[in-house]
Order: sequence, then structure tokens, then C-alpha cells
Amino acid sequence: MRKTVIKKLVMVALLSMIMPATGFAADTIKIGIAGPHTGDLAAYGIPTKEAAEMVAAQVNAAGGVLGMQVEVLPMDDQCKPEIATNAAMKLVSEGVDVVIGHVCSGATKAAMGIYKEANIIAVSPSATNPPLTQSGEYPNFYRTIAPDDDQGKLAATFATDKLGAKKIAILHDKGDYGKGFADFSKQFVEAGGKAKVVLFEGVTPGAMDYSAVISKVRREGADAVIFGGYHPEASKLVAQMNSKRMDIPFIGPDGVMGNGFLDIAGKDAEGVYATGPKDVSALAANQKARANYTSKYGKEAGTFFDQGYAAMQAILNAIEVSGGTDYAGLEKALKSSYVETAVGKIKFDAKGDAEGVGFSVYQVQGGQFVELK
Amino acid sequence: MEYFLELSCSGLVRASIYALIALGYTMVYGIIQLINFAHGEIYMIGAFVALIVSGVLTIYGFSGFSILVLAGLIAVIYAAAYGYTLEKIAYRPLRNAPRLSPLISAIGMSLFLQNYVLLAQTPDFLPFPALIPDFAFMEPIAHIMGSPELVILVTSAISMVALTVLIKYTRIGKAMRATQQDMTMARLVGVNVDNVISMTFIIGSVLAAIGGVLVGSYIGQINFYIGFMAGVKAFTAAVLGGIGNIPGAVLGALVLGLTEAYAAGYISSAYEDVFAFGVLVLILILRPSGLLGKAVKLKV
Amino acid sequence: MVDNVKQSVLVALWFVFLTFPLMVVKVNTLNNIVEWRWMNMLWVAIGAFVLSIVWRWAMARRQLKNKKAEIGEEELTQAGLWQRSTEDPKIFKPVLTVIALVTLVFPLVVDIYQTNIMVLALIFVVLGLGLNVTVGLAGLLDLGYVAFFAVGAYTYGVLNSFFGFGFWISLPIGGLMGALFGIALGFPILRLRGDYLAIVTLGFGSIAKIVIENWEEVFNGAKGIANIPRPGFFGAEMSITSATVYTYYLMILMVVFAIFITNRLKDSRIGRAWMALREDEIACVAMGVDMARTKLGAYAFGAFWAGLAGVIFAARNTYINPNSFTFMESAIVLSIVVMGGMGSIVGVIIAALVLILTPEYLRAFAEYRMLMFGAVMVLMMIFRPEGLIANVRRKYAGRKVVTEDANV
Repeated sequence: MRKTVIKKLVMVALLSMIMPATGFAADTIKIGIAGPHTGDLAAYGIPTKEAAEMVAAQVNAAGGVLGMQVEVLPMDDQCKPEIATNAAMKLVSEGVDVVIGHVCSGATKAAMGIYKEANIIAVSPSATNPPLTQSGEYPNFYRTIAPDDDQGKLAATFATDKLGAKKIAILHDKGDYGKGFADFSKQFVEAGGKAKVVLFEGVTPGAMDYSAVISKVRREGADAVIFGGYHPEASKLVAQMNSKRMDIPFIGPDGVMGNGFLDIAGKDAEGVYATGPKDVSALAANQKARANYTSKYGKEAGTFFDQGYAAMQAILNAIEVSGGTDYAGLEKALKSSYVETAVGKIKFDAKGDAEGVGFSVYQVQGGQFVELK
Repeated sequence: MEYFLELSCSGLVRASIYALIALGYTMVYGIIQLINFAHGEIYMIGAFVALIVSGVLTIYGFSGFSILVLAGLIAVIYAAAYGYTLEKIAYRPLRNAPRLSPLISAIGMSLFLQNYVLLAQTPDFLPFPALIPDFAFMEPIAHIMGSPELVILVTSAISMVALTVLIKYTRIGKAMRATQQDMTMARLVGVNVDNVISMTFIIGSVLAAIGGVLVGSYIGQINFYIGFMAGVKAFTAAVLGGIGNIPGAVLGALVLGLTEAYAAGYISSAYEDVFAFGVLVLILILRPSGLLGKAVKLKV
Repeated sequence: MVDNVKQSVLVALWFVFLTFPLMVVKVNTLNNIVEWRWMNMLWVAIGAFVLSIVWRWAMARRQLKNKKAEIGEEELTQAGLWQRSTEDPKIFKPVLTVIALVTLVFPLVVDIYQTNIMVLALIFVVLGLGLNVTVGLAGLLDLGYVAFFAVGAYTYGVLNSFFGFGFWISLPIGGLMGALFGIALGFPILRLRGDYLAIVTLGFGSIAKIVIENWEEVFNGAKGIANIPRPGFFGAEMSITSATVYTYYLMILMVVFAIFITNRLKDSRIGRAWMALREDEIACVAMGVDMARTKLGAYAFGAFWAGLAGVIFAARNTYINPNSFTFMESAIVLSIVVMGGMGSIVGVIIAALVLILTPEYLRAFAEYRMLMFGAVMVLMMIFRPEGLIANVRRKYAGRKVVTEDANV
């Protein structure tokens, strides 16, 4: 009896897969939002989704773009390449006009081929891997954040010039983002000729105890640490450095510059440096966007909110300026038209990077990240 | 030389935590030949409960030491409760099933518990309060061994001694040894085998929870996934020493912890897991039943 | 009945106590407040009560079934409806024809998104069939199967990025590399038993991932290998849509091939040697079966399929990085084998389709996916350990007439 039921369910499942996917035939502008919305990296993808939804709601209330309503289609990719391809194909089959995403560089690499073939432009708020724009392989890729080599260069020059470090230990979490930042830092430290990289090593994320590698840092006599990775590992390293009474500066990338790090590292965070997108909180556009968010959700906007907001604004502006959603028109509009966004007045250069965004160095002072001029 | 001491201290700390968790694995395996994959999650739940309790107590204005004691105590109680329930639901019905079934069930429970904590609390890392105070007398050598490290080593040592006393000199310990040797005979002489098995799970969970609270205070952060990582390492330690053998678990943990620390310190931190597993494979090739395991003579 | 209700109330209270700190209390350290979620407690109480009643009923049924088997009234694992129907040509042929038609027509009626997902599901079907031989037939518990999968995928990636090898050349090489690694890894662990084997294979799986992550010169580390070409048709350039459809048919062929080989092997000498190995290793050796060769054969065979599947996985995604090859993938493939019914080919196929496709289709429930996954694993083991399709060995015990009017 049970077995018949199982068999029937299987047949139903097989049959339902034959049903072709239905698509909307309405006259709207469809923007796909691809990124991690579930899983352990969801905190990096959800703020962009929320930002896009907010912008869409505002624009729709004011009459839409070119008379059409804006529709937002979120698609989860969990930052995994195989799921990113699924997400990309789904968005293409649902007929999106533009995509905002993806969030992780790896997922973006996997999905871009699919968008390229479908002639769809993708604007990412956070994929900072330099080859995505600089290799020229993805002419349909744009981003509203500066690439990683800028960050690495900034960290390296800050350490050697401003902090006067002579022996720098560079650590990373072996991940794509973290190691990328570490590689660039190393490259620029060595190119600068003012300091030596005495240690370059990867730590295992999720390990219980990093005191071995910290002891190694001390043994090499390093007077500064540059770390590539995210805030969980960074806070563990900083805490253990303090417990071993090591008083040397610690510099992390924008994966460290956030409330997550402050929350977890607590008092150990004091004095830590991090590079992050230039402080745009003084801009009126940014303040307005963030105030809207807080009044709607009751908490501070999360990571990449500003960049996601800006991406949405840039796209809608480009659609308005070019009078439609066709590829050539949008490409021209994005590269030539300046637009006021939550990260400033930007347009995109020939390769797809945003002009007018950059990185600054921040330091934790009194429990908050403060931009250093 | 100082570097060597630092690494040794680091290795001993790891070894202590692995040992606390490995004991749970090895005791359960000794009695019912089951790899309790979900044991790492008990360790994680112990840490979480301690975090929650200390958070509540801090907000209601309790003082430092009482928070440590209360949080630790409640964490231990809850871990024991989870261990007991785990056994009752997922393993007891499979007591007589073929070997693979309880293993898959264990993997399933491990996944279930991880995601349960993820959904009930949060996927993010949570800051764990530093419940272990800094002792002034440790200051001079704080860069080699800090106060938290000392507390971890001492607490683990005390727990292991307590366990040995329990097993060797108490009635319940005798019952556990009897059940491990021959379950049917133990039943025949009047031992309540079901209770003994539950007790084994409970004791293992208590040790794991102690480990969880210690590690939480030491590292300063926890999330739902720490159980998996620590569990695999601790299980490796138990197998290395000979699974089913209590001193073996401790020895295995020592070998594993020290190997990891020295490999990370002298060779490369990135490959520390490779060395850990490499040592395991090497030892198992030379001694297929682990360091202290008895070579099982199979009768045909 | 009343007794059940009383017990269930107690169980509900116990669970309320058990889940209290995690479900009800939420500490917000940023604002220093405690959030008390009393609604959750109510849900836990009601849920635990209902589940407890259902559980008791299900356990009682299970007891009855076990008792009946003990006294010989019924077989413990009956050849299910499926097995009986496949042995009856009158039912088997039409069912097979329908399935074949659906499979062939599938990519032509659904959009590219569905086909792409199906390709992923089929990759896992092949993985399941491979592991089915190692674990299901030979009883060698391999928890690090993903290592061979990674070997296949990275073989193609490396061959392509360094030497420009295309898909078709890399496919057999990937399979061979998988098999070689299977033998290489199997060799040192020949003497190990059951649980020791499990942890060592787990270790191998971890080692594989770490080596790939760190050996930058060859594997490009965490950055992964990108721009891996999709399968080509005699060098013709294909659009993504056609390439995906092409890959789909390729996978169908591979699955059929795998089924064919596994089926024939099951009834062959080495297949029987594997099953003997699973049942009792000592007796097996005593009967003259060469243990080393049989074990290594099982590993190599399973690893070969994983290698092939890995190459196709790389081709489908066009980008691989170490994050796709973790313990979770090994656990998923193991679950596919166990839940499908160890050694049962059809069961493995169905289990793979269900486990890979349902998360895609139930994207709304994505948060609860892993939770349900774990729960299903536990429940399957308790209530249906033989898997979806029970694998009952063919018995040659006199004539068994399976006709509609047999009222035995």
C-alpha cells in the first residue's frame, strides 16, 4: 500500500517536471537580484536585495521608469558556483532585463558566461575580483565597488608609509577573497621596497585555536599583520594576539570592516585597522537611503547595502536615459551618464569599474570604525 | 626554546579539548559499537546554552564568578539532557540493526541538530563572554601560557581523573565496564543495560559540554558549525588511540593536538589538517586497531 | 490509548524543557536585551505532543512487523511492488517504455533551467551508482567519496588550463585518474575494519580538499579554475542552450551505461565476491576470495564513476573551486545510497533525483532543507532501513509463480 503511494508520488513528480515554466507576459521591467539569501553568507546578500526592493518601491510609487513598473526577482545562489548557474539560468528563462549580482566573486564567474550569451548586463555590488573587469572577458559586467587590488595596495602602502612597518606578516583564510587580498598586499609591499614580507601563510577557517600561527608571527619579529578574510577569523586572530600580549597593528580588508567584527571581537577590536569603501555616510543621498531603511526595518543596513542601492539606481537611470532595455543602449548609458547614487556621483569606465568609488583606511576607535584621512 | 614551549602549550590546549570530546566518542563506541556522529553537536549545544545563560545573567546584573558557575552548570545539565534524548530517539530503536543504520541515523541527527540551532538562534557567529578571568600570577608568562589556557588544562585534567575514578571505583562504573565486556552476560547478572547506556551518553555529553564552555570562553565566539569541526578531530583522536579505550582516547588526543601544533608552527598552518590525518593514516597502517587498541581476534 | 496520551504529554513537557534556552531565549548583545519568544514554546509543546503520538503508533507497528518476522510469519524485507513488477514482463515493458519516452523528450519540452538542474541530478545519480557498488555491494564504508569526484573535476580543469585538452579527451582520463586514486587510497587501508575505514576515508576526503586549496601552482587554490569548456560536438561551437541539452543526453547515456555495467557485475564472479565480502569478510577469505583484489576492485570501480561524474560536473559549471567538494557532498551521496536501498539501482536513482531536485523546486523552504534532510535520514533508518526500494536477492527456491490469481 505504502509502496503504491510512493510510486504514484514519483510519477507525479516526473510529470510535473514536464510542465513548462510559466513566465509573465506583463509589461514590466524585470531586475534579477542574484546572491546568497540563505546559508552562511546570507548576511552579505540580503542587504542588496532589500536595497533593490526599496528603490523599486520608491520608483514605482513615482510612476515607474518609462511608464513601466519595476519588478524585482530575487534568486538565491548561496555563493556556490553550481547553484549560481542554476540561478542565472532561471533568471534568463524568466526574462529579466538586467541582473544585480552576483555577490561572491566565484559565483559571479560561474554565472557570467550565461548572462553574456543571453546579452544581459550584470552589475555587482560586491564582486571585487579584479579580472572580472580587467580581463575583458566579461564586457557585460559592471560593479559599484572598487576591485581588490585597490584595497591590497591601500593596505600595503598604509602599513609601510603611515605605520612605518618594516617586517610585515601577511595571513589569509585560504579563500578566494581573503587570499586575493593577501596576494595583492604582498605584491604591493614588495613592489614598494620599504618593507619585507616575513611571513605569508593561510589559516584554516573554523579551526579552534590560532595560537600556533600567532607565535610564528612573533617569532619572525613582524611589526604589523595584514590579514585577508572575513570577520570571524579576524576577531579570533586579534583576540589571540592580545592574549599573547602582542601589540602590533592589524590591518584587514572590507570583510572585516563591519559591525560583525565589532560585535564579536568586543574590546579586542580597539585599534584594529581595516580598509573599506570610502565613507559615504556624509552624502545626502546615502543618508536618505539609510534613514529609509532604518525606518522600514528597524535596524542598521548591512554589508553592501550602499553598493546595492547604487547599482539599482544606476541601472534604472541607464534604462531611463537610453529609453529602453536593449544591451547596446544600456552599455552606452552606463558608460556615459553620471548618476547620483548612495555612493556618490558615478559612472562606469570602459571596463566596467565604477569611477568615483574608492577605498579608505578605517580604525576602530572607541568601539566604532572611524575613517582615517 | 620559547617558541617550542608556546607551541607545546598550544598543542596541549587543543589536546585537552579533543580529549574531553573524544572520551564521549570512545565510551559510546566501547559499549554499543556506534560512532556517535552527533556528539560534536552536543559540545556545540553546551557552548550555546552557556552563552545564552550568561547573556541573560549579565543583563540581569549577576557578577562574574557566579555567571561562570551557573552557566557551566546549566550547560552541563542541558547537554546531558540532549545526549539522553538523542540516544533514546535515534539510537535505541536501532540497537539491533545492521551497522550502517545507526551510523546514517547519527549523521542525520548531526545535520538536524546543527540546523536546529541555526534556525532557533542565528547562522552568524555569536560573541562568547570571556568567563575565565585573567589571573595576575600568570602575567609574566602570559605570552606563552595565558590564564584561559591554564584553566583549560587544569579543568580537563580534573575531569579525566574524575572519569577514571568513576569508572574504576563506583558501582555504575563497574556496570559500564561489565556492559562493555559482554552485554548479554551483564544483563543476565542483573545490570540494567538500557540505563547503563543512557548513563554513558550522559557522562560523555557532560564532558563535551565542559569542553564547549571552555573553548567558548577561550576563543570568544561560537556558531552552529563548531561542533562538526571539533567532532571530526576528536573522533580522529579517539580512533588514533584505539576506539573503545579510554586512556587511548586521551593519548590519541595528545598525539593529535601536539602534531597539529608542531606542524602548524614549524611547517605550515595551512596544511595542519593534512598532517593530522596523515598521522592517523600512518598509525593505523602500523597498528590497525589504534595505539592502545586491542587487536580484535575474530573467531570464524 | 489513554496511556499513550499521558506519555505524550510528558514527552511534550520534556521537549519544552529541552528546547527552552535555544528556542525561547534570544539574547541581543548589541542592545543588551533578552527576547523571550513564548510562541515558540507553544509550538514546541504542540508539535512534540502530536509527533509523540504518531511516533508511538509507528513504533508499535514496527514492533509488530519485527515480531512477525521473528516467528516466520512474514519475510522481514519483502520483495516490494517494484521488484515483483520488474520481474513480470507484462508490467515491466510498458513501464520501461513510458519512462524511456519521458526521459528522451524531457529537454525538448522544458526550458533550459530545468534541463540544467536535471543534469546536476543525473551527475549525482552516477555518483550514487558508483558508491552503491563500494558501500552497497561490497560493504566498504567510504565517507570521503567526494575526493574522487574532485579528482575527476580537477583533472579536466587542469588538463584544460595547462594543456588545452578538450572534454572528450579528458573524460576517460578523468575516469582513469579516479580509478587510480581509488586503488592508491585503497591500498594502505586494506587491513582496516568498518569504523576505522570510515574515519580514514573521511580523512582522505578532507586531505583532498585541503591539497586542492593550497597547491596554487597546479590547482589555482580557492580562486578555482574558470572557463572550462562545455562538451563539444566534433568541435562545433554550441550555444549554452544546445550545449546543456547535449550534456543532458550525454548524462542519460552515462547513466544507462552505469546501470548496465553494475547490473552485469552484480551477477558476475566479482559481484558475488563483493557481496560475500560485505556479509562476512573472514568467511569470504576462507573460501579463497582474494581480499585485496576484491576490495581494491570495489574502490577502483566506484572511484572510476566518480571521476567521470567529476569531469561532467566541471563541464556543466564551467567553473570549479574547492568549496564544491566538502564532506557535505560525501554525506549526500552516502544518503542517496542508503536511502535508495543498498545495492538497489532503481532505488538509488530515485533517491538521487529526490535529494537533488527537491531543494531546487522547494526554494521557498530552503531554510528548512537541511533540517528536513537530517530528520528524513533518521526516520528512514528507523522505519524503513531497507531503503526506498528493498534489494532482496533473487532466491532460487523452487518455482515461484507470480500471477494475478495467486492467492497465497
